[in-house]
Amino acid sequence: MKLTCDEATKICDKSQYKEASLVERIKLGIHLFFCKKCGLYSKQNSMMSTCYKIHKNELNGKEHCLNEEDKKHIDKELKARIKPSAVNVGQH
Amino acid sequence: MPSTKVHILNPNKWVELHADYLYNYTIGRINNQDTAKDIVQDTFFAALKAQNNFKGQASERTWLISILKRKIIDHYRKINSVKGKAEVKMNFYSDGDREGEWIEERVPSNWNSEIEKVIENTELSEAIEKCIDKLPEKYAIVFRMKTIQEFDTEEICKELEITSSNLWVIIHRARTQLRKCMEQSWFKI
Repeated sequence: MKLTCDEATKICDKSQYKEASLVERIKLGIHLFFCKKCGLYSKQNSMMSTCYKIHKNELNGKEHCLNEEDKKHIDKELKARIKPSAVNVGQH
Repeated sequence: MPSTKVHILNPNKWVELHADYLYNYTIGRINNQDTAKDIVQDTFFAALKAQNNFKGQASERTWLISILKRKIIDHYRKINSVKGKAEVKMNFYSDGDREGEWIEERVPSNWNSEIEKVIENTELSEAIEKCIDKLPEKYAIVFRMKTIQEFDTEEICKELEITSSNLWVIIHRARTQLRKCMEQSWFKI
């Protein structure tokens, strides 16, 4: 079964996550042998994976926190919603 | 031995104890500070309303995360149903004689040969982030979860309620589009 370039590059992407099946990899290999455009895509795709990895490491080094002002705001809003029912309970 | 401890909820302490954790969890999936903040707030409000459903088997945080996950799916569904601000670029012909072949202007071109130097550049991360931001949001979410957070395919599918073949089509489109974006902004000879 012949692959189109769309299908071939899709398998190529999948294999970057090591999740392409054996059959898929064989089909891809055959396609890449004949298709220069996808060959270049495949080569550059590994490079892109390296770039994403660098990016991932940079992002994962950061802890994201809410700023204090936002926290206070959410806290206030939340507590405002707690109170009414608490008051009701008190009245009955 | 299973713990028999019964957990209780203390909404007065939620923000103090869990806000940062929930926010960090959200920002990993939706890389937009305002949206993430809104989702965290919505989660607390929803949790407050649903207090009576809390059985005390899970910890307070686990329970809040389960509500947060729901909110993230809701958000994903919402952006999935409206047409995203960013368009999906066609990379391959979708019909006719040339179906599945590269569209001329999307064909990969050669890159700067001194690629190692390019990769060592500290601004790489920023350039990638800019390109991810240009993706339709639902593509960006799936791409981030798979590539940046390295979730299992199965887990993403479960969390976002999509099939694995859906996931790979999205990853494929996202990567093809990102590659082109980086080619233009970064790898240009």
